[in-house]
Amino acid sequence: MFVFATVTICIAMAVVLIRLFVGPTLYDRVLALNTFGTCTVLFIGVVGFLFERPDFLDIALLYALINFVGTIAVLKFFRYRRLGDSREEREMIMETPQTKQTAGDLR
Amino acid sequence: MELALTLFLFVALVATAIAMAFITRLFAVVILSGVFSLLSALLFITMDAVDVAFTEAAVGGGISSILMLGTIALTARTEMKQGKFSLIPLAVVFMTGSVLIYGTIDMPNFGSADTPAQQYVGLDYIKRTPKEIDVPNIVTAVLASYRGFDTLGEVAVVFTGGLGVILLISGLGRRRSRNRKER
Repeated sequence: MFVFATVTICIAMAVVLIRLFVGPTLYDRVLALNTFGTCTVLFIGVVGFLFERPDFLDIALLYALINFVGTIAVLKFFRYRRLGDSREEREMIMETPQTKQTAGDLR
Repeated sequence: MELALTLFLFVALVATAIAMAFITRLFAVVILSGVFSLLSALLFITMDAVDVAFTEAAVGGGISSILMLGTIALTARTEMKQGKFSLIPLAVVFMTGSVLIYGTIDMPNFGSADTPAQQYVGLDYIKRTPKEIDVPNIVTAVLASYRGFDTLGEVAVVFTGGLGVILLISGLGRRRSRNRKER
């Protein structure tokens, strides 16, 4: 049964990888990255049971956390175009014309 | 089953690397590099090296992709057009790869018990840890007790590096000079 689950997760990972390679817009790729992280978590859990080391389940939880932080960082970047600065510096950088791009050219 | 899993993961890894070489949108490349390190972490897990895998996922998938996103925020978002196709880098990569593969020929098989690394010091640590340190994890005993001073030095080096990076990117100098101008 765990073998079947592993094979299914592998197929899901392959499909997500194809979406990552082809993905026309960036949002597809971000979503694919998040889905791939979820697949990773499932894979670690199932492989732990497959190789009879169920303690891997705790490690899978840590991967879920990393996946969450990574996705939040990417999305925050999309929203604000920067990653964590003080407000005055953001204003200072906003003055340069380079950052005045709209969300339309994200492709 | 394990062989099939390893093969699948390696094929996915190579496909990701090739895609990274061809895609010119740097966002996509950053995301693909995160996937690359997740895949290599999965490979480490199938080899039972869970701690290495976790380091790979945290550093490669987490920190370094965030750092690369920050770099993209400060620079350009698409790759510059490459001029002509040059053979020299390809040749260098192939030579390095073949040298590395040549180096693996001498190595013992994966998981074999009669290698030098498994026989002398390792056995000693395994024997002595339960009665000397009394920690269930032998790696922890080695890092924090047998080589405690070593680890302390490493931690000091990492702390200094982190301090330097924080001082560099916090923009303290910029803020100070602006304050001086205002006065």
